[in-house]
Amino acid sequence: MITGIRTVADARKQAMHDPRIQACWLEVDCGFQPVADVFEECVSEALNAFSSTQMHDYLEAARFLGKLGRGPEPMLAFLEEWPSVVASIGGCEILPQVMAFVKVLQRSPNSKAIAPMLQTLAAVSRRLQSPGQLQFYLDIAQDLMTRTSGSIHGHHTTFPSPGLMDFFAQAPFLTRLLSMAGLKNWVDYGIRNYANHPERQVDYFKLQSADSRAVLQRERHGTLFADVERKLDLYLRALWRDSDLLVPYSTAFDELRQPVPYYDKLGLRVPDVFDDSNGVSGLDRYRAVLAHMIGHRRWSKPLIADNWSPFQRMAVEFFEDCRIDTLLIRAYPGLQRIFLALHPRPVETDCDPQTTSCLRHRLAMLSRALIDPEHGYTNPDLLEFVRRYRDLLAESEANTAAIAELALAYVARTRRQSDQFAKVHFKDTVIGYRDDNRQMWQFIEEGDEEEAFDEKRRLEPADSAPGLPPRHYPEWDYNSQTYRPDWVSVYESLHPSGAAADIDSLLAKHSALAKRLKRLFDLLKPQDKVRLRHQEDGSELDLDIAIRSLIDLRCGITPDPRINMSHRTDGRDIAVMLLLDLSESLNQKVAGSSQTILQLSQEAVSLLSWAVDRLGDPLAVAGFRSNTRHDVRYQHIKGYSEPWGDAVKARLAALDAGYSTRIGAAVRHAAHYLENQKADKKLMLVLTDGEPADVDAHDPRTLIEDARQAVKELDAKGIYSHCISLDPHADDYVTQIFGKRFTVIDNVQRLPERLPQLFLALTK
Amino acid sequence: MTVKEQYLVRNAPFYQAQGKEVELFEAAYAARLPVMVKGPTGCGKSRFVEYMAWKLGKPLVTVACNEDMTASDLVGRYLLEANGTRWLDGPLTTAARIGAICYLDEIVEARQDTTVVIHPLTDHRRTLPIDKKGELIEAHRDFQLVISYNPGYQSLMKDLKQSTKQRFTAFDFDYPEATLETQIVARETGIDPETAAKLVTIGQTGRNLKGHGLDEGISTRLLVYAATLIKGGVEPRDACRIAMVRPITDDADIRATLDHAIDLTFG
Repeated sequence: MITGIRTVADARKQAMHDPRIQACWLEVDCGFQPVADVFEECVSEALNAFSSTQMHDYLEAARFLGKLGRGPEPMLAFLEEWPSVVASIGGCEILPQVMAFVKVLQRSPNSKAIAPMLQTLAAVSRRLQSPGQLQFYLDIAQDLMTRTSGSIHGHHTTFPSPGLMDFFAQAPFLTRLLSMAGLKNWVDYGIRNYANHPERQVDYFKLQSADSRAVLQRERHGTLFADVERKLDLYLRALWRDSDLLVPYSTAFDELRQPVPYYDKLGLRVPDVFDDSNGVSGLDRYRAVLAHMIGHRRWSKPLIADNWSPFQRMAVEFFEDCRIDTLLIRAYPGLQRIFLALHPRPVETDCDPQTTSCLRHRLAMLSRALIDPEHGYTNPDLLEFVRRYRDLLAESEANTAAIAELALAYVARTRRQSDQFAKVHFKDTVIGYRDDNRQMWQFIEEGDEEEAFDEKRRLEPADSAPGLPPRHYPEWDYNSQTYRPDWVSVYESLHPSGAAADIDSLLAKHSALAKRLKRLFDLLKPQDKVRLRHQEDGSELDLDIAIRSLIDLRCGITPDPRINMSHRTDGRDIAVMLLLDLSESLNQKVAGSSQTILQLSQEAVSLLSWAVDRLGDPLAVAGFRSNTRHDVRYQHIKGYSEPWGDAVKARLAALDAGYSTRIGAAVRHAAHYLENQKADKKLMLVLTDGEPADVDAHDPRTLIEDARQAVKELDAKGIYSHCISLDPHADDYVTQIFGKRFTVIDNVQRLPERLPQLFLALTK
Repeated sequence: MTVKEQYLVRNAPFYQAQGKEVELFEAAYAARLPVMVKGPTGCGKSRFVEYMAWKLGKPLVTVACNEDMTASDLVGRYLLEANGTRWLDGPLTTAARIGAICYLDEIVEARQDTTVVIHPLTDHRRTLPIDKKGELIEAHRDFQLVISYNPGYQSLMKDLKQSTKQRFTAFDFDYPEATLETQIVARETGIDPETAAKLVTIGQTGRNLKGHGLDEGISTRLLVYAATLIKGGVEPRDACRIAMVRPITDDADIRATLDHAIDLTFG
């Protein structure tokens, strides 16, 4: 840039061609050469569109921006962008608010953001379309600015907001995907989580961090695939007796070339979001896409593509798509309304064959006419082929080969020289619910390259990952009362094994206790039939009472009518999940004993497992520990279907402790197993020795609140939870998490005895 | 009217045979073999038994079994009266005395100890001991025992004992295939075959979801209900919703899917 070399007076004296523009130029009183270079073009556009007061405000604002002392960029951006902002939102009335925001930025350390803000304003307005929405956008930006600008001692803002510049850069993209409410949520999330972390804040607002994209996806407008996945699965099964993996692809990041639905060996690929369109809900659009693909799978046979030109192939695809739609409508007539609403209706005179390639236009019209009896087109070729198509499909389903023949005849009949033109008519020719038809074609030769003719194509064998892939769970953020999506990664595995004999000797050590427990548990065994006496209606006469009543009757006293008895089955149907906290603190020795808490827990769990096994309730045991949210370990010690045998004992014998306690994620993961158990009552016991904590959780309340939320989720799933805490000072936080459903065992040495007793008390 | 007459099936029930079941049942009856009718709910098991009773001209004693039913509900019990007790025959005893077809509907719903009382009636002995009275009833020569059960939804706890199962000849029922079911719905309700076919289509979408959130598919009986409502002037979509979708599920996603199927089918 050469502004520094020229003198200021040079630019001010620049002569403009038009006297009106000359007057404007004097009015803005600007010495920047780059502004002078483009001033004429910008202002002539504005002069045509604006009234004189609007023009005056426009120049006044530009003049102000020129004198901010921030170089020519703000002024340039404003001069260039403002006329199109006004065109998009239909008026100038928002200008004072925009300038007020500029002044706020100017007074804060964020003045560098003025230019990016103005540069993207036009693109943002094109999406927002109304002054109210634009005002909302400015409010969000201002909120972001104030809450992320740093201050010392809380008095002055001294550091610029790290994310603000990137926010403005992303704003056009964000406003395209999100409603204003969604944008607000997305920005709030970033501020809340990264206000004190400048680098991550930048990543978030640049849309580079994973959670930034995840939250964006959650807030998008339209029908999200994730929300309707189950409905679509059911739809495939119920209406089409088909089922396949549904794989969403992202539509957010491809602007120029929107991906099209397709299917392959790995599943049916559909977009991750659908907006409502022309009276068809997003969900119905998904259904239409799936129906069309299922139709292809059912009725289309692949054709050899090598000998046909691209035009011929395109025509075959259009005809075949219509055949599929016709057959689908035949199965479910209601589909016609949806297809017609989604199918464009090209205007017959829209495309000029003298200058443009009209093939797509012709085919789109034909496609409309083939499925819409009231198409209203008059082209004789079109009408003839519609008739031939109807004849072909009148009696039968026809087939792909027959339809291809018809398509080729159509191409031959209607071919024009102009079809070869580079300028192609695209308007109203894209049919959104149809897939890309990649399954319709087989290529004998893979490509035209000479040297590649004998190269065999092979699928790369996928690496088999060691262990199971992680499962992701959300975590509750109490500050905002929302979930952080996919926040915690849980890795599950079998607990390593040790020597099973150790557990047997432990049980032998406690044999006296075991005998006592056995007696207690035997009492709990299902007694199946219980006699119910004193029933008015029952299966049998209870003779004792009947005779007494009869005596009463004879004596003239009112007899007791409850003279029958019946039986009731008294079953027991409880599934139990015992979740062990295996964090580092378990390695501490218990006061006044040589045993660690871990060893005592081991004894307690062995006794409980043995006892529950005798009782016959399904029981699973698992341990958990965590090392930040990226690595929560969930280790199976006993599964529901596993008997209490050597394999389980061996795992229990190898119990060891380490790392931290992230209860919420472990509880959620355990719940997903317990939930699938078929039992009347489901009980989750959590054995822990301290409050939830992890090295990456700085606010101790976060994990407590998350655990509390996880327990609430259990309640919603009908799972009864109970916490056994070994921390004598646990009352505070355990009450917060589990409410009243907890037991604190002060005397840890008695744990082996207390745990089974507690279980009995809970399940009696 | 005698006891026997009161149990006779007077009007011919409509039953559309799906296969050879009518002839086979007649053969089983001729040999007085006990019969078990299996199949999902609402597929026509009870109608079949009723039809057979009418066709054979025998009285039919039907007992709907339930969890609280005990042996004395089947066999009979003493009732208390002013001057002492009076014995009242249970339905099974009545049927054995008068020579009726005794139909125990949904037998697995009854407790297992209850089902054991039918054992002596179902083998060569054809007797029913009444221990409380000290009486041994010889079954009438026309007596036959028929039970029905739905193997679909019962839990492990509610399966029939092998010793019970192996006393019966068994008929497997399922929902009829589409054209036949269309005929049945049309014939039963007098609705036009085209609408009946649409109802059958919707019914089948529901059956495809069995095991994927639905314990049982939409039964023929529900199709008949819907058709009856349509015949009575209810708008078809509404009729389908209240008769075929709402009764079988509380799951919002399944409801939405089936509602969509209704919309697509009725165009």
